[in-house]
Amino acid sequence: MSRITVDQPSPDQPASDQPASPAAGADPGPGTGSGPGLGLGLALGTASASASAPGPASGAGLGTGWGERLRRAALAVAALVLVCAAWEFYKLVGSPHGGRILGVPVLPRNDDTSMPHIWSVLAQLGHKEVNTADSQTVGVAVLKGIWFTLRVALAGLVAGVVVGVLLSVVMARFKVVERGLLPYIIASQTVPLIALAPLVSGWGGKLKVGSLEWQGWMTVSLIAAYLAFFPVAVGMLRGLQSPGANAVELMRSYAASWWQTLLRLRLPAAVPFLLPALRLAAASAVIGAIVAEISTGTDGGVGRLIIAYSQSATSDATKLYDAVLGAAVAGLLVAGLISLVELALARGGSGARPASNTQNAQKTQKVRA
Amino acid sequence: MTSTPPQTDQAAAGQAAPEQVTAAPADGGGPAPAVEVRGVDKVFPVAGGGATVALTGIDLTVAPGEFVSLIGPSGCGKSTLLRLVADLVEPTRGAVRVFGEPARAARQSKRYGIAFQQAGLLEWRTVAGNVELPLQVHGVKKRERRERARELLELVGLGDFAGHWPAQLSGGMQQRVAIARALAERPPLLLLDEPFGALDEMTRERMQAELARIRLETSTTVILVTHSIPEAVFLSDRVAVMSPRPGRITEIIDVDVPGRVTAPGESGGGAGGAGVPAVSAVPAVEDAVGQAEDVREQAAFFEAVTAVREALRAGGGS
Repeated sequence: MSRITVDQPSPDQPASDQPASPAAGADPGPGTGSGPGLGLGLALGTASASASAPGPASGAGLGTGWGERLRRAALAVAALVLVCAAWEFYKLVGSPHGGRILGVPVLPRNDDTSMPHIWSVLAQLGHKEVNTADSQTVGVAVLKGIWFTLRVALAGLVAGVVVGVLLSVVMARFKVVERGLLPYIIASQTVPLIALAPLVSGWGGKLKVGSLEWQGWMTVSLIAAYLAFFPVAVGMLRGLQSPGANAVELMRSYAASWWQTLLRLRLPAAVPFLLPALRLAAASAVIGAIVAEISTGTDGGVGRLIIAYSQSATSDATKLYDAVLGAAVAGLLVAGLISLVELALARGGSGARPASNTQNAQKTQKVRA
Repeated sequence: MTSTPPQTDQAAAGQAAPEQVTAAPADGGGPAPAVEVRGVDKVFPVAGGGATVALTGIDLTVAPGEFVSLIGPSGCGKSTLLRLVADLVEPTRGAVRVFGEPARAARQSKRYGIAFQQAGLLEWRTVAGNVELPLQVHGVKKRERRERARELLELVGLGDFAGHWPAQLSGGMQQRVAIARALAERPPLLLLDEPFGALDEMTRERMQAELARIRLETSTTVILVTHSIPEAVFLSDRVAVMSPRPGRITEIIDVDVPGRVTAPGESGGGAGGAGVPAVSAVPAVEDAVGQAEDVREQAAFFEAVTAVREALRAGGGS
């Protein structure tokens, strides 16, 4: 099995260095709100340990088998436990005044408002949100928030992926468009979301197509899409351009049309580039949704909870941490979903790749010898 | 064997096509030559204003069913010449005709199959899927494609590997798949650009024997670009020796090594290579390899090799 991975360096290598550029584009998101940034950092870290473990795109079909899956799940849980243990350990040995080196604060304070115990954060989930008789618990509120944010982010992700793929195809088709458009696509990601959100909601508010009126969540989805399309457009463009001159000439020797070349050569060749781009896009969509919720004041999502709970954070931070936890869970769920898409793409879309037929591989090696 | 410069006599083996050696265009009569290159120059512009003359004054006529090798040092334009025939690049001056049609029309009507030094298999397709690619592009029905791919894989000795992935095959096997793919649409002309260049010597000789056999069975016209003298001599009816800067054909050498797999009797077939013989008619690979060794050990073989080598040296090649 390992030799298959070794034998296919071409799609994997570009795939692995791919995250570098789009990641930079996603920066404005976390920068605008410390809460979601922290939450998603956690979400992505865990995601890469568990859900997205299949690793390099074309290898998504590899490493099946329950033993392997169990081992991965165990590793993910172990990582989580380790983070919790480190948290509690620091809380035990840290100072309530934080740590300073040469007068510069480098370590956080360990008092309960800054670093509540993990169990108090979890216990807070069961407490009432506000002190009235009919109030829902924080846990229920967070779950509702996750559900809302997730749907809005997914709508944005789908729109972003569609736009990104279309843009990449147009850019791959027309060199002129690539030259003209690509700089603006990159520049688009440097526009601060905080400034964009109220504008979009302002334009959207005037929109009305037939009986369909612009909803508040559409603004949030649009901003999620605005972040999500970028890695897809850039990654997919590289993927579409990845076939070598020989392959392109081969299609030319068949007198294949541009569409046939796209269908038979460029699109399948782009799959290994698309998969990591999708993962980045998914994370960006969640970040975008949460930030947009915050800056447009959209009700119902995790972003709104973060705003609401941060009011009381100076006295009791556990509620805010619960909201952050919600953001992390939303991120994890989207990452998991993307893993499923990857599996489907690697298995079906571009033909079952070498996958798990190790017996064949062994047979081949014998024949070769 | 006879080793003659193109201008002199025509003592080639009996079944050779008429006017195959002359640089002059074919003058009516028989079927159109498989490939006719007349007065072709190719100049590549260089960034910064200059230009590189890749080919100059190229005249070459290849008869249907003939096997011609282009040999020469790196940079002599032999690959460019092949790509001109394939209409992958256009001549700066002169004309290229394939089976009487301009090269572009010939490409569009799928008159040739091509294979490069890199097998260039699509890694997301199985071996059979790769062979089917050209058929799929041209809208051949699925069942027919399957059947044709199976046939071709038998032909190149990979019948058991249809469901494998390219990454599971050795370099030689991948190259055989590439040749099968080039033959998928029964093209009357096969263009090979150093197809065995990246293979080790043993695999290479084996592949040469197989190519000779395949060519015999499919009666395809072949143009082979190579930089291996023994390979050219072993496979070809004629070897066109090229020299660099500017690239031109300095000599065309007839090769006649007894016992070597030769061109099938041409029944004037412009539509050569119409069919692949039944699988049962395929001689065992071992036989072909054995025969090939006999051929390579003949004195005539060495004489032909020497003739090509001297022609290369005379042309200023390495």
